[in-house]
Amino acid sequence: MTDAFDAIVIGGDANGLAAAATLARAGRRVLVLERSDRVGGDTRALAFAPGFRAAPLALDAAWLPPRMLRDLKLDAPALAPYECPIAVASPGESLVLPADPSRAADTIRRYSTSDAAKWPEFAATLERIAGFLAPLYQRPAPDIATTSSAELLGLAGLAWKLRRQGRRHVAEWLRTMPMSLQELLDDWFESPVLKAAVAAGGVRDIRQGPRSGGTAFVLLHHLVGAPGGSVRGRGYWRAGPDAIPATLDLAARARGVVVRTDADVARILVSDYAVTGVALAGGEEISARLVLSSADPARTIRLVDPAWLDPEFVHAIRQIKFRGATAFVLYALDELPGVPPLPDATRALTGVVSLTPTVEGLERAYDAAKYGRMSERPHVEITAPTLRWPDHAPHGKHVLVARAACAPYRLEDGGWDAAHREALADRVTDVIACVAPGFADHVMHRAVLAPPDLEERYGLTEGAVSHGELTLDQILFMRPVPGWGHYSMPLEGLYLCGAATHPGPGVGGGPGWLAARQALRGATR
Amino acid sequence: MPKRYDAVVIGGGHNGLVAAAYLARAGRSVLVLEQRPLVGGAAVTEEIFPGFKFSVFSYVVSLLRPEIIRDLDLPRHGLQVLPLESTVTPLDNGDYLASWADPDETRQELYRHSPRDADTLPVFGRLMHHMAMAVKPILAMVPPDPGSLAPSDLAGLLRLGRHFRNLGGERFRALYKLMTMSGGDYLDEWFECDPLKATKAASGIIGTFLGPRSPGSAYVLLHHYMGEIDGAFRAWGFQKGGTGAISDTIARAARAFGAEIRTNAPAERVLVKDGRVRGVVLGTGEEIAAPVVVSGLDPRRTLTQLVDERDLPTEVLEGVRRYKFRGSSGKVNLALAGLPEFTCLPGAGRHLRGAVSISPSLAYLEQAYDDAKYGEFSHRPYMDIVIPSMIDPGMAPPGKHVMSIFVQYAPYHVNGGWTDQRREAFGDAVIGTLSRYAPNLPSLILHRQVLTPADIERITGLSEGNIFQGELALHQLFFLRPVPQWANYRTPIRGYWQCGSGTHPGGGIMGASGRLAALEILGRRRPSAVVSPDR
Amino acid sequence: MLKVTPFHPRTAPLVRAATWRRWSGYQMASAYDPHPDREYAAIRNAAALIDVSPLFKYRVTGPDATRLLDRMVTRDVTRCRVGQVLYTPWCDEHGKVIDDGTVQRLEEGTFRLTSADPNLRWLTMSAAGLDATIEDESTGVGALALQGPLSCAILEQVCPADLGSLKYFRLTPTTVRELPVTISRTGYTGDLGYEIWMRADHAVRIWDALIEAGAAYGIAPAGVWAMDVARIEAGLIMLGVDYHSSYHAMIEDQRSSPFELNLGWTVPPDKGPYTGKRALTAERARGPAWSFVGLEVRWDSYEKLHKERGLAPLVPSVAWRASAPVYRNGTQVGYATSGCWSPLLKKYLALAHVRTPYGGPGTALDLEVTVEHRRRRARAVVRALPFFDPERKRA
Repeated sequence: MTDAFDAIVIGGDANGLAAAATLARAGRRVLVLERSDRVGGDTRALAFAPGFRAAPLALDAAWLPPRMLRDLKLDAPALAPYECPIAVASPGESLVLPADPSRAADTIRRYSTSDAAKWPEFAATLERIAGFLAPLYQRPAPDIATTSSAELLGLAGLAWKLRRQGRRHVAEWLRTMPMSLQELLDDWFESPVLKAAVAAGGVRDIRQGPRSGGTAFVLLHHLVGAPGGSVRGRGYWRAGPDAIPATLDLAARARGVVVRTDADVARILVSDYAVTGVALAGGEEISARLVLSSADPARTIRLVDPAWLDPEFVHAIRQIKFRGATAFVLYALDELPGVPPLPDATRALTGVVSLTPTVEGLERAYDAAKYGRMSERPHVEITAPTLRWPDHAPHGKHVLVARAACAPYRLEDGGWDAAHREALADRVTDVIACVAPGFADHVMHRAVLAPPDLEERYGLTEGAVSHGELTLDQILFMRPVPGWGHYSMPLEGLYLCGAATHPGPGVGGGPGWLAARQALRGATR
Repeated sequence: MPKRYDAVVIGGGHNGLVAAAYLARAGRSVLVLEQRPLVGGAAVTEEIFPGFKFSVFSYVVSLLRPEIIRDLDLPRHGLQVLPLESTVTPLDNGDYLASWADPDETRQELYRHSPRDADTLPVFGRLMHHMAMAVKPILAMVPPDPGSLAPSDLAGLLRLGRHFRNLGGERFRALYKLMTMSGGDYLDEWFECDPLKATKAASGIIGTFLGPRSPGSAYVLLHHYMGEIDGAFRAWGFQKGGTGAISDTIARAARAFGAEIRTNAPAERVLVKDGRVRGVVLGTGEEIAAPVVVSGLDPRRTLTQLVDERDLPTEVLEGVRRYKFRGSSGKVNLALAGLPEFTCLPGAGRHLRGAVSISPSLAYLEQAYDDAKYGEFSHRPYMDIVIPSMIDPGMAPPGKHVMSIFVQYAPYHVNGGWTDQRREAFGDAVIGTLSRYAPNLPSLILHRQVLTPADIERITGLSEGNIFQGELALHQLFFLRPVPQWANYRTPIRGYWQCGSGTHPGGGIMGASGRLAALEILGRRRPSAVVSPDR
Repeated sequence: MLKVTPFHPRTAPLVRAATWRRWSGYQMASAYDPHPDREYAAIRNAAALIDVSPLFKYRVTGPDATRLLDRMVTRDVTRCRVGQVLYTPWCDEHGKVIDDGTVQRLEEGTFRLTSADPNLRWLTMSAAGLDATIEDESTGVGALALQGPLSCAILEQVCPADLGSLKYFRLTPTTVRELPVTISRTGYTGDLGYEIWMRADHAVRIWDALIEAGAAYGIAPAGVWAMDVARIEAGLIMLGVDYHSSYHAMIEDQRSSPFELNLGWTVPPDKGPYTGKRALTAERARGPAWSFVGLEVRWDSYEKLHKERGLAPLVPSVAWRASAPVYRNGTQVGYATSGCWSPLLKKYLALAHVRTPYGGPGTALDLEVTVEHRRRRARAVVRALPFFDPERKRA
């Protein structure tokens, strides 16, 4: 056994690398073990046709917690996101929402003057409510059972900050979090297409429809750190989908972190309820007293002899609702299709174009998934990433990524076989063809990534892009499982550091950074 | 000179009556105004067809607060709850799942369907018991305003914070989970037997426009366990004489304390001057003066119909506008020539003295919800069926029976609106579904009364026919019920109070809202300090 | 309707005074005679036949069967040989006892776990990640306890196995009148005795065979009352009476560790990982807060308390299962959970939880008793368990 490392990080994605960089900054000797041939995790682009690549899980820029950037001295300007509009298109109508609220109000006015008038206030409300999540997302999740007075004081400070914005805002915040998007939007607006445009952001990677309570939170989660007026997220990285892990990789290596690719961890070694290292698939054993895993807890505990774990704990892990519900169809196109309903399709396709013009359409797309079926008419969102990153396709050609919901991981009529994949792709193609006549003629090649494919390619349990749905019972101190919301696991020296932990997915390296800090505290105790 | 009272209570529903009784007990002169010829609101017994008495709307009792029973000495005034001991869920394969009063029998029965679930049920019950204990003090609490800096609110928040901390992390997190999850998902973590999960989850969708897979539908599971920790009743029971008899006993208690109750006396308007309440104007034009007016009606009627909107701040009006009613339940009352014969349990067995739940699977309930989501009544609805005449023979002529069928979903905003034709189609769907399990039912029906949410609204005044005066959804509970800052039974109009189910804690024949409102009016911050005068 | 055991057709007609009770959802005889004296006497002097079918029985098979049971119970299952039976408790993660029972190794990869409470959920949860199959055979397998000094002699009449050389806590597959059974030398009476495990549909024929063969030896069917006195004399704990399952406890104080139940001997210091090990290792180092002990009420004191009221000492006719405070110099230091008059030892005995400093044999304590409606404290002495331990039990 080699004994050169203080800590081993399993997984070379943004979170694993952020954790490694944080540990290294504190003087720890760190080894990162990545299963595949390169770092990047779910931001890695897949070559799906000769000359064509796509990184379907990294089309949106993640939020970079400012405190993490300062802590790791990362160069923020290099990571500035580019803004892009969101749009809804259906045959004969469209709505394009730029981030600037007054310009957005102009486009909304076509549908409703009352909605247009309310838009700036709505945008400001979302920004305010999401803004309160930002400080919560830059610290370990507060827990009622905490005994640390410093933590209590910190919490009281947060509460006071919220209160200072106005008496009403406290109740408003508490009221909004558990709401359904439909309720929230019905409170404000009358225009179906506007509601649909906003609602699409709250049903991402969740097996819920916009009528389900808590979907308002999903929307807000993706708005943390987003520019005011955005209702969808934070744009994209000009440098490429893997901008964050690439930056973190450099930062980690600069601090002496050793990164090994093609290193598949087969077991986490335990002795007397404390980790002692890991064993690789080839049999090699590497010792370390600290092991951080950016894999989700279900995958992580599979690496441990169950006899070391409380059956109640294992049971809780098994109850995590992963529920991958998103599938992707990647299209290699000889040219971008025209989308007549959109005034400027090229601009719109740089961002996200939802093809579901009503909230009811979103809800119906979810209905089938409840019963383990693919949606007859899936909710499809399209983006042409080659408009941002031309090198993802041969010159003059394009990639179109279609995100389709709901496509449940488990199908009641058997598994995801070729016929199911083709059926899904056909449905998605039909939906796109509704707004882009002749679309099918431009398709040179297409590839389907159903949830089991995402599981296999990216190591996501049940193909869950969310690493565990962002339902209210699986966030903050409840993430990943009740009682284990502070990254540590019931074995000494074992920590989780992936998106399955607080603050969750879409936060570039945030969970990894917080987990490493927690591990450093635990290790010095 | 108008007649003068210390307090006028608008609405003789059970909460209004409870409030009136507590006020009268404290020596106030009180007048209750009820628009209908009988008191009770949605808790009434009526002889709809000659000889057949029905608990027309609300039909079972479990949550009536024991402190109310003791404080108002209700058994002396006629309270008599008979236990409803079993729940039987007929299954589509001709079998059934039953839950009996005896835990061993229930275990044995569940074991047939799932040995593991039979093991799990008592463990689950233990957790629910703890959760009920954790929730109970909150039900008895006047909600503090989290945004307020007033000493009483801060004290309340502190008390709440301490309560949660004292629960310990494990129980707090368990409670949090219960509050935020869907009933279906929550039960999936415990059980594998689908009819068991469906029957339990059904309690979470009652009166609410949510499906068993909708987050927020889990915590009502607790209601089944609330009764147990109070040592008051078994989980569910019948009042002898129907739920109207409960209203009557509370009314009798109120009168015994000196309250006056006027029926056929709808309040037209609440008189307000300079931000202060002055009295009430009746439909007849008669004016009654009072420094305190308490409304037991729902928040929409209380805050936007009885008073001039100009007397209220816009944010309160906006809050009421956003408050969700969305009635989703209907009721079918049948007069029967004999007893129905369920295929799964032939004969007039003891199961007919309990509830029959049409909830064969979670998917069944969810599909019922899917219909309603898009504006249709459920073609295969969830039903909770009881035959009160089996337990209280006085409800029907000898040998004949009354059957009460609670039905979900029947959305208030049905596509095309509720018409006589659609109401009957809804009734047919109910009978059609039920006769799949009890084929002789149609031949027994002597009379049938079908009530849609529109009918419930028309008769009782409950907005959109919501049986809880507004959905019991997470964002409409505690200090958010009915609107932020006004969850402490007060309104922005001085002297004008709310005491209906639309205030915390609301829901069911609990009476807690009426009691807490009365205690607030009487200026008693700590309800536990109240001692009944005859002690 | 309560369930009935496979022996019900034979046992039901024997119950003469409607002395029925409930045991794990089964309708069971407390005693067959109006009074259990004769049944108790059979346990200690001849042989008693006791229907113990309400016990829960689980068959655990598969490549990881040993790992599953070993990670679940406190005793080292890897050292349990085929044909061996282990008595063991099992605990939650906090080292508090969930249940106690036996692990029988029937074949290399086949075990039977017996328990007082249902354990399917805990077994299933413990099996997560392991390749083992759990089969609940509680209703499919009938169980009889044949207990008493003559039990071996009776069994040998109907069974070809060499039971004389079957050692204590060993089992053997064999037959009774050609019907396949497993016989284990185990029991809940602290006497020489056997438990016979059989298919439920063979139950009646095996009962008949034993009664017939035992007639000449004074065999007597015995109910729960008689067994209860015997198990108290033997110092054997009962779930739900002497302790609560941590699974079902409402509050922390209701939970007990094996050390606190006089079961420290079932917790090996050198075993690999199992549920509760971390907590139990710490508790071993720290020392348990409670001891589980035998109490012998001093007869002179007991007699005096009765004499004060002009009565002769009254002893309970059947074992009691209740909670009685235990004092030391006027301060409560524990509580007794079951007690009985031992007809054999002529002593009033109780099983009690006392704080550790007062658990040493010989410690003088007081037990609360009620004498003619008045609470009194009888002097009592801590005794090592078991109270009664005949050589024939393990010889």
